[in-house]
Amino acid sequence: MNTAEIDKKRCKACGLCADACPKKIITINPYAESAYGRGCAEVSDGCVGCGTCAVVCPDIAITLRSV
Amino acid sequence: MKKLMKGNEALAAAAIYSGVKCFFGYPITPQTEIAAYMAKHLPKAGGVFLQAESEISAINMVYGAAGAGFRAMTSSSSPGISLKQEGISYIAGADLPCVIVNVMRAGPGLGGIQASQSDYFQAVKGGGHGDYRLLVFAPASVQEMADMTVTAFNLSDKWRIPAMILSDGVTGQMMELVDMDDLPEICRYDKPWAANGKGGRKKHNIINTLYLEPEELEAVDMEREKKYERAKAELQDWEEYMTDDAEIIVTAYGISARIARAAVNAARSEGIRAGLIRPKMLWPFPEDAYKRDVKAYLCVEMSRGQMVEDVRLAAGGARVEFYGRCGGMLVDETEILNRIKEIHDEGNI
Amino acid sequence: MKVIYEKPKSISDKTFHYCPGCGHGIAHRLVGEVMDELGIEDKTVAVVPVGCAVMAYDYFECDVMEAAHGRAPAVATGVKRCLPDKVVFSYQGDGDLAAIGTAETIHAAARGEGITVIFINNTIYGMTGGQMAPTTLPGQVTQTSPFGRDPYTQGWPLKMCEMLSTMTGPAYIERCATDTPAHIRAAKKAVKKAFTYQIERGAYSFVELLCACPTNWGMTPGEARDRVGSEMIPYYPLGIFRDICDIKEGK
Repeated sequence: MNTAEIDKKRCKACGLCADACPKKIITINPYAESAYGRGCAEVSDGCVGCGTCAVVCPDIAITLRSV
Repeated sequence: MKKLMKGNEALAAAAIYSGVKCFFGYPITPQTEIAAYMAKHLPKAGGVFLQAESEISAINMVYGAAGAGFRAMTSSSSPGISLKQEGISYIAGADLPCVIVNVMRAGPGLGGIQASQSDYFQAVKGGGHGDYRLLVFAPASVQEMADMTVTAFNLSDKWRIPAMILSDGVTGQMMELVDMDDLPEICRYDKPWAANGKGGRKKHNIINTLYLEPEELEAVDMEREKKYERAKAELQDWEEYMTDDAEIIVTAYGISARIARAAVNAARSEGIRAGLIRPKMLWPFPEDAYKRDVKAYLCVEMSRGQMVEDVRLAAGGARVEFYGRCGGMLVDETEILNRIKEIHDEGNI
Repeated sequence: MKVIYEKPKSISDKTFHYCPGCGHGIAHRLVGEVMDELGIEDKTVAVVPVGCAVMAYDYFECDVMEAAHGRAPAVATGVKRCLPDKVVFSYQGDGDLAAIGTAETIHAAARGEGITVIFINNTIYGMTGGQMAPTTLPGQVTQTSPFGRDPYTQGWPLKMCEMLSTMTGPAYIERCATDTPAHIRAAKKAVKKAFTYQIERGAYSFVELLCACPTNWGMTPGEARDRVGSEMIPYYPLGIFRDICDIKEGK
C-alpha cells in the first residue's frame, strides 16, 4: 500500500493536488502551518499512492511511500 | 625574429599565444582584422572562433566562456563597445576575467571610422551600470598591442577584473616590426569558482550578479572596492621621457603619446625643458606620476578632453592645459610644440 | 517505508519563492527529474534567466550561471563551445526568450548550438508584476495592455516553436503544457528527449512549456491551470514541431 506525504516546508496550499486527486481525499487546511505560515494540504485515509498529486504539485512538496 | 605586422593582427596573435580558448567577434571597422585573424588561426591552435549575431551576444558568450573558467575575449570598436556595456557590467559584477579590445574610432553615434580616443570615460569611468572598474591598457605601438594583450590576460585572471585594451584606429591598422618571440610570460591561475559542471565538487558553483538583499550587495561591492584599492596601489604603470629636469610635461596615451614625444624632442631642440608622461594603464590611473614640481602639464588627447580630468585630479592643483583634436583627426606635432612654447613663453614675459 | 517518489536530488531543499500554483515549480521538477534519471547533475551547467526564475540558481543543484535578460542562449553558447562534453541548458521565460532575447534565441538555434532550451510561456511578465509579453494573447488584459492586447497596435503573439521549426539548425522542438497530469507526463518525456538529443547528438533542442501564472492573471491556481487548457492550448497547439530523427526517416 502506497501513501502520499506532504512536506509542510514546501507546500503553499495552492490546492492543485486536491483537485487532481482521483480519490478526493486531499484537502487544504487553511489553519495548518506551512511554507507561507498558514495553509497546507492534508491527506486523509484512503490514499492509494497513485502519485497524481505529486505530478501536478508545483512545489515538489509530495513524497510517495509504500507503507 | 622581428616581423612586420599590423597592430590588430599582433594583438590577435598574442592572444592565441596567451592561450585564449575562444574569441567571439562581430565585424566593425577598424578592428575587423582581429576577428579575421582569429577565424583563420585560433581553430588551428585548438580554440574556438565564433562570429556572433551581435556585439551583445558576443560579450555574453564571453561571460559564458569566462564563467566556465576559460580565457575568452572579444573585440570591437567604439559603437560596438557601447553595445557590449551590458555584458561588461555583468562580467565585472560576477568577477570574471576576460579581455575586451576597443580599437577606438570617433563618436558619438556612428561617428566616423578614423582613429579617436574619445572612449576614455567609457573605459575608465565604467561605461555600464553599477560600481565597477576595468583594468585598462593603452598600447602605443604594435609591440605593445601584443605585449599588453598577454599582460591583460595574466592580470585579469589574477585579479578577477575584466581587462580592456583601449587602442585606436591608427595603432590597430598600422604596421610595425614586432618581436613575437619575446612576449611576456603566461601566468596561469586556478579557477575553483568556475561553473564547468560540478564533477567531484560537493557544492555547485554559481556565476551570479544578483543580490536582492541590500546589505549583502553592499558587502560584495565593498569587498570589490578593496580589491580596486589594492590594484590602484600595485598596478599603476607609466613611461617617462625626459622628465628629470622637465618644467613642462606633456602627457598623453596611445598614439597621441607617440606624436607628443616628437613634439617634446622638438621643444628640447629649441631649448625648452619639456618631458613626457605616458600612462600605459589608464585604470588604475598612474596618479603617482603627477606628484612633481613642474610649471605645467599639457594633456594631449584625440578627444575633447577626457583623460585631462584625471590628470587634473592627480596633479593636485598644478597647472594643467589641454590640447586635443577629435572627429578622427590626429593631434599634430607642430600644434603640440606651439602649445609647449606658449606655456614656456608666458613665464618669460 | 520505501520511498517511491520524492523530490529529485538535483533540486535543492530550498523552498521555491514562486507563487502558489506557479508553473515554474513544475518545470523545475521536470528538469530535475530528467537530470536525476540521466545522471547528469555533475556534468550540467544551467543558464538561468532574468524574470521570475532569476533565482533558479538556488534550486538547481548543478553548476549555474545567471545570465543578463535575454542573453542565456549566448551565455550557454560560450559555455558549450568551451565544454562540448558537458550538458548545457538555458531556462527562460517568454519576455526573456521571445522579446529581449529573440536574436540570441534564433541565432543559437540557427547554429544548431548543442544546448537545450527550456522555454516557459505564461503569456505575461511575471517578475515585474504582470505586463504584456510577446506571447500575451489577443485581448488579454495586462498592466501594459489594460484594455486587452490589441494586435493591430501592440502586435501579434510570437509562436516560437512554429518560428524555430522553419530552421535547419534545431534538432528537436516540442510544445507541451503543464496543466493536466497527462500533459505534465508528456512534458517530462519531451524534456528528457531534449536532453538526450543534446547528449547523444550534440544537437539543439527546444521545449516550450505552457505554464500558469495565477498571480498576474488574477486567478486562483485552479482557474489559472484551467486557462492553460481553455485559452493557451487553442492558440499555442501542443506537439512536436521538428524532430531530426523523423526527418531523417522521411516521416
